Amino acid sequence: MKSFNYHSAKDSKEASKLSSSNSAYLAGGMTTIPSMKLGLASYKDIIDIKNIKKLSGIKVSGKSVTIGATTKHVEVANSKDVKKAISSLAALAEGIGDPQVRNRGTIGGSIANNDPSADYPSACIALDATIHTNERKIEASKFFKGMFETALKKGELIEAIEFKIPEKSSYQKYPNPASRYAVVGVYVAKHKDGTRVAVTGAKPCVYNDKDLSKVLDSNFSVNSIAGMELKSSDMNSDIHASAEYRANLVVIQAKKAVEAC
Amino acid sequence: MASLVGSRVERKEDKRFLTGKGRYTSDINLVNQTHAVFVRSPHARAKIKKLDISKASKASGVVSILTGNEIAEDKIGGLIAGWAIRSEDGTEMKCPANPPLAKDNVNFVGDPIAIVIADSLDEAKVAAEMVKVDYKVLKAVTGTADAMKGDAIHDGINKNLCFDWLLGDRQKVKEAFDKADKVISIDIINNRLVPNAMEPRACVADYNSGSDEITLYTTSQNPHLSRLIMSAFGNVAPEHKLRVVAPDVGGGFGSKINVYNEDIVCSWAAKKINRAIKWVAERSESFLTDIHGRDHVTHAELAVTNDGKFLGFKNETIANLGAYARVFGTVTPTYLFGPCATGVYDIPAAYSNVKAVFTNTAPVDAYRGAGRPEATYTIERLVEKTAMELGIDRTEIRKKNFPSSFPFKQTLVHTVDSGDYVAGLDKAKQMADYDGFQARKKDSESRGKLRGIGVTSYFEACGIAPSAAVMSLGCGVGLWESAEVRFNPTGQVTVYTGSHSHGQSHQTTFAQIAADELGVPMENIDIVHGDTDKGTFGMGTYGSRSLTVGGIAIVKACNKIVEKGKRVAAKMLEASPDEVDFKDGEFIVAKSNKKKTIGEVAFALYLPGSRDSEFKSPLPEGEEPGLKETSFFDPANFSFPAGSHIAEVEIDPDTGEVKLEKYTACDDFGRIVNPMIVEGQVHGGLAQGIGQALYENAEYDETGQLMTGSYMDYTMPRADNFPEFNIGYTCTHATTNPLGVKGCGEAGAIAAPPTVMNAVIDALGGQEITMPATAEKVWKACKSMKKSNAKAA
Repeated sequence: MKSFNYHSAKDSKEASKLSSSNSAYLAGGMTTIPSMKLGLASYKDIIDIKNIKKLSGIKVSGKSVTIGATTKHVEVANSKDVKKAISSLAALAEGIGDPQVRNRGTIGGSIANNDPSADYPSACIALDATIHTNERKIEASKFFKGMFETALKKGELIEAIEFKIPEKSSYQKYPNPASRYAVVGVYVAKHKDGTRVAVTGAKPCVYNDKDLSKVLDSNFSVNSIAGMELKSSDMNSDIHASAEYRANLVVIQAKKAVEAC
Repeated sequence: MASLVGSRVERKEDKRFLTGKGRYTSDINLVNQTHAVFVRSPHARAKIKKLDISKASKASGVVSILTGNEIAEDKIGGLIAGWAIRSEDGTEMKCPANPPLAKDNVNFVGDPIAIVIADSLDEAKVAAEMVKVDYKVLKAVTGTADAMKGDAIHDGINKNLCFDWLLGDRQKVKEAFDKADKVISIDIINNRLVPNAMEPRACVADYNSGSDEITLYTTSQNPHLSRLIMSAFGNVAPEHKLRVVAPDVGGGFGSKINVYNEDIVCSWAAKKINRAIKWVAERSESFLTDIHGRDHVTHAELAVTNDGKFLGFKNETIANLGAYARVFGTVTPTYLFGPCATGVYDIPAAYSNVKAVFTNTAPVDAYRGAGRPEATYTIERLVEKTAMELGIDRTEIRKKNFPSSFPFKQTLVHTVDSGDYVAGLDKAKQMADYDGFQARKKDSESRGKLRGIGVTSYFEACGIAPSAAVMSLGCGVGLWESAEVRFNPTGQVTVYTGSHSHGQSHQTTFAQIAADELGVPMENIDIVHGDTDKGTFGMGTYGSRSLTVGGIAIVKACNKIVEKGKRVAAKMLEASPDEVDFKDGEFIVAKSNKKKTIGEVAFALYLPGSRDSEFKSPLPEGEEPGLKETSFFDPANFSFPAGSHIAEVEIDPDTGEVKLEKYTACDDFGRIVNPMIVEGQVHGGLAQGIGQALYENAEYDETGQLMTGSYMDYTMPRADNFPEFNIGYTCTHATTNPLGVKGCGEAGAIAAPPTVMNAVIDALGGQEITMPATAEKVWKACKSMKKSNAKAA
C-alpha cells in the first residue's frame, strides 16, 4: 500500500474542508482499504469520519427509519427499533458479508460505493429512501447513477439515510457461492402508494423493476408474477451467471420475497 | 499396558496450534533480512524483448535486482520433472527447460522473470512496479482438449505433446469389445483445481559466509527431497552446505511437494547479496503460481454383457501439464492414474492411454489424490451410466463385478493384497438407508424438488512408492522413508522421521506407534521432522504415505532398538538373548521372572556401570554403547484403501441450486491408529472432493488469464455447504506392513466427486453435466428436462 496522510475529522464540516481531489473518506474501510492494498486505488489524504458522533445512530419515527452514515451493519441488524419498523432491513444487514465485515462496514460506505452487487442500494430503492448529505437531500431514485457511480459530488459526504416504512417488505438474496455477494438480490416493498421491486446484482446498477412492480401493484401475489419472463439483454453476464440465468433469478427471488412479505 | 494404537488420543500439536504458538515460515525473521518481490509475467505467452531494471535499481531501499541472465551465468539449474515417462512408440517424453527466472520466454501468467530485493517489503513492491519489460505477446494455448492443435509453445515439442503413454493391451481390449452385447461410453472433463493451502507459500533464505552454508526455511512437504533437487539439479549448493527447514506448514495437499522457483532464487540470491531474504506469497500469487490439480479430458468406454458383466474397458485421456512438467507432473496422469483406471472391478481386458500436453497455464501436478480421483471419477461415472442404461441397480452391478477373492490381481498392474468390497458397500447402504431413498425422493417431489442418489465404490494405491512395484512398471524412482529412534540416557525418546507433518498430526500418531512398540509413555516421546540437519533422510509426505511408509520405518527402527535391548538385558539378567521377552517396556526372563525396564537398559547403554556396585560393564562383549537405531523402509507393494460412499442431493429446479442432503462414507483403511485424526482426514478429503464436484473451478480465458484468481471468483466450499458426514469403517488389514495400515489421507477427495455427481445426474434423470455442478448448469439441465417431459406427455 502506498503511504498517505491520515486525518480524523471531528465533524462533517472539518471532513469536507479536508477533502480534495486526491482524498477519500474512510468509514468502515471495507472496500477502500482492500482497493488500496491491491494497488487499485491510492489517495494522498484519508479522512476518517468514524469519530464524528453525529453520523452514527438509528432514529425511528412513525413514517421512517433514519440511519446515520457510519452506523455499522451489525448495529442495524441487531436494532430492535429497525426490526420492529422494517424487519427486512435488519435482515438485509444481517446477511451482508461475514461477522468481521458487519462489525466494521457501514451503511453510508456501502451506498457511496454503489457496488452493483451490494445489498443496501436495493433497500434504498425499495424503501424510497432519501439520502441526506452535508449539502442536500437526494432521492434514492436519483442517487444511484451507474456502476460504482452515484450523484455525490467530490467531497460531498453522506450523513444519513432515511427509509420510508412500508406496509410489508422482504429482501431475498441469491448469493454468489464464492464471494457471497448477491448474484441477484430482490427487495420487494409494498407501500401505500405502490409496490417497488428493487433489484441488485442483475444489471450494472440497482434499479426498480417496473414490470414486476406493475404486476404486483395490481395483484400482490406470488402467482401474479410466476412464469413471468424478463428481458435479459441488458443484464450482467459473467463467469458466475449468464444474463438469462440472472433474469430467471430476478423472478424467482421476487416470488420468494412476495411470499415472505 | 493398553495399546495406544487404535485409541482417540488427543493431538499433541493442538496446544501449540490453538494457542498461536505455531512457528510458520513467515513467522521467521532474521537479523538484517531483506524482502523479495518477484516480477511476474502478466501474459500467458510472450517473448521477452527487453528487460530494463535501471530505474528500479535506483529506487529507494533496493538492494539488488536479479534476472534470468544472472541465473544463467551462474549455471543455476531449472525445475524438473521427477519421473521419466516413455511413450507407447518407445520415445522418451519431451520436456521444456524451466529456468527459475525466465530469460527469453514466458509461458504462463505468473511466470517469474526477476527478483527485486529491498530493505522493506513496500520498497520492494514499489521497485518491482518500476521494472520495465517489453514483451512480444504471442497467441496462448490454454484449452486441454485442443492443446495439440495449437501452436507449439516450446521449441522442439511438436503438438505440445509431452508423451503419449499406454498401459494395457489394445488387442485384448478390441477382442473384448467385439464380444460385448453393449458398449457404454462417456466423455468427461475433470475440472482444474487450485489447491489453496491455508498458509500461502513462503521462504526465508539465509547465508553464512563464514561456513559457506545456505539455510532455507520453506513451506515444503519434503525438505530432504527439496535439498536433493536443489543441490543435484539446481546447482544451488552441495547438499552438505544446504540446510532445508520446513517448520510448521499450514497445509499442502500436494502443492508444497515441488521445489519452486522462489526457493531456488532466494537461496541463490541470499549468497549473492550475503544477506537473508524473505519472500511470502500473497494469495493472488498462490492462485497463479502454486501447482494446480486435475485438468483431464477423457473419453472412456465399457464393454458389457446384457446382464451387466464388464468385459473390457478403455480410457483415452488428455492431461494438461500446464506450462512446464514439474516434480510429480508426469507421474500423476500416468503411474498414479492409469493403473487405477479399472477401479474396484475385475475387468479382463483394459487399457489407459494418456496424452500429456503443455499449455500456457500454471503447471499441473499432484493435488490430493493425484491421478486416482481422475481415474475413479471416470470409471464410477461410467459404471453408474451403465447401470442406468441396463436397468440394473447401481449397487448390484458393482457387486457383480467386484473381485471374488483377495489377493486380487488386476488386469492392469496392481495386486491388491486385502479387502472386502461387498461388506463395505453393504455397510454403506445400511448406514445411508439406501432402501429408504424412494420415500425421501417422493417427499422432495411433493415440495417441488428433485432428489438423486449416487454411489461410488473406490480403491486407491497409496504409500508411494515401493521401488519393486514402480520399477516393474519401467519407472526408476522408488520412494522409501527413513526413521531414527534415539533414546536419551534418562529414558525419553526422540523419533526422527523423514515424513513431514503439515496437518497430518504425526506428532501424535507416530508417538502412539513408538509408545506401543517401546512401552514408553507417549509424553516421553518427541517426533522431530522437517529439518535436513536433524533427520537422516526423507522423501516426505504425500500419496497417503506417511503412516504406511514413514510410520513403518519407525516400527522397524523400534524393532532394532528392542533387539539390541534384548542382548543387553540378557547380560544384565544373566540369561541368553533368546530367553528374553519384551513386553510393555520390560525385558523379562520367564524362567527367573527377572526384569529390566527399557529405561534401565537405555541408561546402562549410555552410562554403563554407574548403577552396578561392582563397576562391571553390563554390555555384552563387542556391543556398542548407546541406544539409537535407524531404519529405511521400502515397502513390498502399495497399500490399497477402499470403500463405498453414498450421497443424496436435493435440487431446486427454479434456481438449479444443489443441496447435499446426506453423505455417507464407509472406508477400509486397514488398521486405524487414531480414529479422531482419521475422521479429520476423511472430513477434509470430502470437503475437497465435494468442492470439486459442486463448487471449485480454475478457469482460464482464451488469452490465458486466470478468471478465478481470488476468493471472490474461486468458490472454496465452506462449512455451511456440507451436511454432517456419516462416517463408518470396515477393516481388513494390509498384509504388506507389520501394522496392517493402508492410509487415509486422500480417500475423501477420491471418492466424493463421482459420488456427488452420480447423485446430481440421477436427480437430473441421467443428463450429463460437467463439474462443478453449478446452479446455472443444473438449472439449464432442469429446463431441458421439463421440455422433454412436456414432449413425452
